[in-house]
Amino acid sequence: MSGDAGPIRNVRWVGPDNKAVVVEAAGDIDLHRSTTFQQGLLDVARGGPERIVLDLAGVGYMDSSGVASLVKLLARVRRDGVDLKLAGLTPRVRSVFEITRLDTVFDIHGSTEEALQA
Amino acid sequence: MVVLANAPLRLSILSSPEHLPVVRAALERVCELLGFGEDARGEIVLAVDEALTNVIRHAYHGRHDRPIEVILSRVEPPAGGALQIVLRDWGDPVDPGRIKSRDLAEVRPGGLGVHIMTNCMDSVEYAHAADGGTRLTLTKTLPARSDA
Repeated sequence: MSGDAGPIRNVRWVGPDNKAVVVEAAGDIDLHRSTTFQQGLLDVARGGPERIVLDLAGVGYMDSSGVASLVKLLARVRRDGVDLKLAGLTPRVRSVFEITRLDTVFDIHGSTEEALQA
Repeated sequence: MVVLANAPLRLSILSSPEHLPVVRAALERVCELLGFGEDARGEIVLAVDEALTNVIRHAYHGRHDRPIEVILSRVEPPAGGALQIVLRDWGDPVDPGRIKSRDLAEVRPGGLGVHIMTNCMDSVEYAHAADGGTRLTLTKTLPARSDA
């Protein structure tokens, strides 16, 4: 769709050594946008962070293709020893994780600040 | 006004992922008018979106120019008073015997759509259509407030 800013809106490196990265996503993440979402996440992972905090507060909808992107990211970060945290899930996005029982697999926090301090 | 009382609502789309947000928005509004609460609306929208995704991926193998019909109707008693959503495609038929949820203990991408559909809806029925393709029927019981 024209004018689509893409699901990853901002990436900022934080912490004393810039070893953590906060990734802000926004919009609907469905079959139309999950490929771009996944590529963006894997690009961030290739940057060598020790921790990734994925801020999903701006994501109003996510389907199983979006969830699959996160499962692929999880496999990548586990292999590389990177800490992945999800933050700010809206009720609808959280329900997808609950239905698929992935809420017990991912490290989920209420906010980005909470995830950074955990 | 009684929503969907007199005639079904038909949405004719192509098998393009760009059309999915449009269907979701229309379905969300219909569900709202029918009195479904926030949680149920989310479940219905998610289930239909997953079903459409499966049609695009598996029946049409990712082609974006094939027809899909989404038909929303209200099934009245004695069927029980439910929202019925029929998805009609003319792609490769699915084998009903192969449609099942996978083991969720196995953490891997993919294969979650059927689990989501069966968990979010009251019934999910696949049928081969006489003129080719598949007719998928999803139903969700209407909320207690039935004056919509």
